[in-house]
Amino acid sequence: MTDGITEREETTVRAPAIDWIPILLVAAVALIALPLIGSFSTWVTLTMAALAMGMIIFIMASGLTLVFGLMDVINFGHGVFISVGAYMSLLVLRPLTGWVESPSIALNIAVLVLCILVAMAASGLFGLAFERVIIRPVYRQHLKQILVTMGGLIVIEQLLHVFFGGSPITIALPQTFRGGLALGPDIIVERYRLIAVVVGIIVFLAMMLVLNRTRIGLLVRAGVENPEMVEALGYRIRRLFVGVFAAGSALAGLGGVMWGFYQQTLTVGMGLQVLVLIFIVVIIGGLGSIGGCLIGSLLVALVANYTAFLEPKIALISNIALMLLVLMWRPQGLYPVVKV
Amino acid sequence: MPDPLLTLQGVHTHIGHYHILQGVDFEVPRGSFTVLLGRNGAGKTTTLRTIMGLWKASRGNIRFAGEDVTSRATPDIAASGIAYVPENMSVFSGLTVQENLILAARTGKIDAVRLEWIFSLFPALQRFFGLAAGTLSGGQKQMLAIARALIEPRDLILVDEPTKGLAPAIVGNMIRAFREVKNAGATVLLVEQNFMAARMLGDAVVVMDDGRIVHRGAMAELAADSALQQRLLGLHMEAHQ
Repeated sequence: MTDGITEREETTVRAPAIDWIPILLVAAVALIALPLIGSFSTWVTLTMAALAMGMIIFIMASGLTLVFGLMDVINFGHGVFISVGAYMSLLVLRPLTGWVESPSIALNIAVLVLCILVAMAASGLFGLAFERVIIRPVYRQHLKQILVTMGGLIVIEQLLHVFFGGSPITIALPQTFRGGLALGPDIIVERYRLIAVVVGIIVFLAMMLVLNRTRIGLLVRAGVENPEMVEALGYRIRRLFVGVFAAGSALAGLGGVMWGFYQQTLTVGMGLQVLVLIFIVVIIGGLGSIGGCLIGSLLVALVANYTAFLEPKIALISNIALMLLVLMWRPQGLYPVVKV
Repeated sequence: MPDPLLTLQGVHTHIGHYHILQGVDFEVPRGSFTVLLGRNGAGKTTTLRTIMGLWKASRGNIRFAGEDVTSRATPDIAASGIAYVPENMSVFSGLTVQENLILAARTGKIDAVRLEWIFSLFPALQRFFGLAAGTLSGGQKQMLAIARALIEPRDLILVDEPTKGLAPAIVGNMIRAFREVKNAGATVLLVEQNFMAARMLGDAVVVMDDGRIVHRGAMAELAADSALQQRLLGLHMEAHQ
């Protein structure tokens, strides 16, 4: 095009740049904590614990942020899929105790993978039923969504009580994942935390791959921005939502397995306990943003771990304070998704 | 007169407690470029959204290509061959220009010849093919929204105020592009406030007021009758000459 207006129009176009500030913020929080903690080895231990915790929170929260973003559904029931996933791992761990206690790395990995697969399948199926029975009647009704999803959470929690009992259940890590790995003098990192970080990175990369390199991923990204226009292009957004809901529930189940092994104790209310953190992560990350969810998870975990060490009394409110500060800085979250 | 591709008969639409469309009747002949005119709030956008099933008709009948689509879901209406360019463009900002077009191509593959044609209409899209749509200017977003409707052959294209808020030179580009689309034989129903643009493009015209059709006929007749324009649209000839 040769006319002047079009030439001027072109100058307004620029390549989309990665917003590095939230990423640098994570690094800054970690670096600022180093002199406050004083000991390098303690700082490494706390940071690795935070990275592992952050990655597990990310796994649990990533499905919820897409459900929020895609269909504007506030699902307080998300926490119960974490509990369901964690308890379903018992179906694998109890009959395969020999594999858990075996010194074989292959058997240890196999038992973890089996736990993950069973938990994801069960949580995904629960998610499908939950969407059909609980969520579908209350689309676009936020108050009712809060009430009925909370009710659904309580009902499923009570079912877990009935089948597994109300007492906390201790679970053992597979042999290979127990103990620590010496990374240097006085620096020992728990092996399972490294596993959690690796699983979290794999989930993040897989999600980015699906969202950016597949047609389903394109539809999800488009649907988060403008579900009505996706329908006007001829796609059934409801089916897409059901799929995302089930996948998000399955990821919560995966997070439940990882969280259960992290704490080595299962309680029926474990999903509800971590739900507050998940909502904080989803809100500060930006509703519907996977990248924001990851950065938010890391920030929340770092702040929680450092404050618990430095000033345990303020640890309880540290994440709320973090959310307030982030929202005062970026009211739409760290990586806001443009919605029409 | 060619067969009507789209027919609205006594269509009523309620949004909440408001009765917006109050018995809309008109036809869009196959192969024609029909312009829907009217003041702000006359019900033009509601008419397009009702055709697309984004708002449901509470009464009346919408037939497209001989089939009743009144109660069909939006994806089914789109799949039956209607493309829709909404008033606010609604490009997906986080997706690239290419990804926007891929989504609009139902098969997932873009026809190379078709894409070349679109690039000839809107050269800016070729230059910014790999950039996020959110980084485009308003005019370029509008081009992308229209390109999305053209990326595959459709029986009918609904376009809602494509020139709204655009600089005059960009409007000129847009009119040239629509002329190409028209020459290619597409059937278009265009909602437009810019009477100059409407007059240059339209074969037929339908005028709405207060949710009703108050005039339908050939665009040439309305363009030649300034008294009629003033009565229907409140226009003075000097305003658009």
